[in-house]
Amino acid sequence: MPIRTEPVTINLGPQHPSTHGVFRLRVTFDGEEVIDLEPVFGYLHRGTEKLAEERTYTQIVTLTDRLDYESAMSNNLGYVTALEKLGGIEVPERAMYLRVISVELQRIASHLVFTGFFLQELGTFVTMLMYCFRERERILDLFEMLCGARITVSYMRPGGLTQDAPSDFWPALNDFLEDMPGYIDELEELITRNEIVLSRTRDVGVLDPEVAIDASISGPILRASGVQWDLRKADPYEIYSEMDFEIPIGATGDCFDRYIVRLQEMRESVKIIKQCVDKIPDGTVKTDGAFFMRPPEGDAYGCVEAPRGELGFYIVSDGGISPYRCKIRSPSFINTTMLRDMIVGGKMSDLIVIFGSLAVNMGEVDR
Amino acid sequence: MYGTGIIRGLRITLKNLLLPSRMFTLHQYPDRKVGILWLAQNADINPLKYVLANPGKSIRAIIGLETVEDRQPKHPRFRGEEFTWYEQRCTGCASCAKYCPLGIIRIVTEPSGNAMPEGEKYGIEVFDIDIGRCMFCGLCVEACPYDALHLGSGFEEGTYKREELVIDIDRLRKSRKKPSTWFRPQLEEKSYDPGIGRDVDWTEAGRHESPSSDDQAAKWAKR
Ligand code: SF4
Ligand code: SF4
Repeated sequence: MPIRTEPVTINLGPQHPSTHGVFRLRVTFDGEEVIDLEPVFGYLHRGTEKLAEERTYTQIVTLTDRLDYESAMSNNLGYVTALEKLGGIEVPERAMYLRVISVELQRIASHLVFTGFFLQELGTFVTMLMYCFRERERILDLFEMLCGARITVSYMRPGGLTQDAPSDFWPALNDFLEDMPGYIDELEELITRNEIVLSRTRDVGVLDPEVAIDASISGPILRASGVQWDLRKADPYEIYSEMDFEIPIGATGDCFDRYIVRLQEMRESVKIIKQCVDKIPDGTVKTDGAFFMRPPEGDAYGCVEAPRGELGFYIVSDGGISPYRCKIRSPSFINTTMLRDMIVGGKMSDLIVIFGSLAVNMGEVDR
Repeated sequence: MYGTGIIRGLRITLKNLLLPSRMFTLHQYPDRKVGILWLAQNADINPLKYVLANPGKSIRAIIGLETVEDRQPKHPRFRGEEFTWYEQRCTGCASCAKYCPLGIIRIVTEPSGNAMPEGEKYGIEVFDIDIGRCMFCGLCVEACPYDALHLGSGFEEGTYKREELVIDIDRLRKSRKKPSTWFRPQLEEKSYDPGIGRDVDWTEAGRHESPSSDDQAAKWAKR
């Protein structure tokens, strides 16, 4: 009788440097090949949706900072967009411009973190990470000027912002905008035509556009598959309809495309911020009374294009000072649903690359 | 072609190593070691003279013991640790306590006894803030209608015990009055910077002019 071989099941995580938080992948290998995979999450569950039910509307802004902690500004914006729809609040124009500036800065910061960690997972150790974090540091400094905090910003409020930008913000922003395209060129020169990166990411983890749409994948992952869908164009909020920018899309939907789409999005973000700086009007950035808001009974869904995809908040109000229900549609959570189909059948070494290319953020997956 | 990527990479690494604008700034935490040259330059004298004048310090500098404080500069708006609180401004209204998402501020005012005369305010007996749980969101500061509570500008104020992180009224009274300018446009207008500035007096910290006694008399006589 011949000796039988058995598949091996390995737990990747919950504490693993490549899982971006606490996330467990139960993977079954047959030699080098992945034959089964089961994502297990919930290790970072903090009950944000439930906590929101006992906070006032303004206090919830502080909770949203902690969802996707790499893009707190976008989370703030997603929440206040839904709330303003619910309460029918008009936002002053200057506030909208400042919101777009801060959100696009956050998009650049978030994509820089992605680029750094993605390359880290390909095995470049910390070089790329250090380069990307150095650039990101300047964005965090800009946030510190705007709102006194770097990560947990709590900058936006229903009906506007906490306060206007200080006078030293504008020169610093202009400096940054001047330098950023150069930084992106440098990243591109290092990564885009690098043979090792190409051979590790080309045709790895391909996601077909039809499958991606059916799984309601959103954000750069969907666009990498060649679907031109961006909420900033498809359903413009704030002042995006006045901005002139492109939506980069990928050709094949592999890991490389997901990287290149994000890189080009950074360039577009720089373009958007430049237009905002040129056009920003004077005026107030706050609406009176919105701090103590009490929206009418009803419900509203507001969504924005966060760096990771469509971030939506569904708020049900019973007329009280806190929401009756606050459902969060987090892009990372939905983007992980196709993980199994992308990885199974692939090689062990591709597993981390594919998972890294999705750039999920555990704070958002578990909420 | 294989191999070109390495050459490109090496070129960029070299650029980052040599170009001053692209160099990594290394911050040794929290203090930076300094040599004799730096010390002499700082004292604005010839290094040779410096060595003769301060032999002890020079030896320490050579063996690497001489350090200077080196902190990342913070923006005046930085939402920092230890609140700045002005007792003279605080009315004990507890708006701050109510607006804190975590409910970590406790305020007890003294009983009024007889009805308070108009224009007087309650004395504050207890004002505890548990900054061990505070996330420095600043909602309490935003809610304070009398500009009595300001965020601080401190950093690195770690302790070994959680109890030490509960700030009580005595500590708030005694703490240095270096408020952050976050949500305080009146301080920002004066280009106040807590990192280099002086302490701010309670009369300067408010958004509103305090009414003169004539104003008050006129206002209250009308009612
Ligand atoms: S900063 Fe935020 S968490 Fe801290 S005491 Fe004030 S309201 Fe509460
Ligand atoms: S600090 Fe401000 S909000 Fe708090 S009790 Fe005093 S006056 Fe009221």
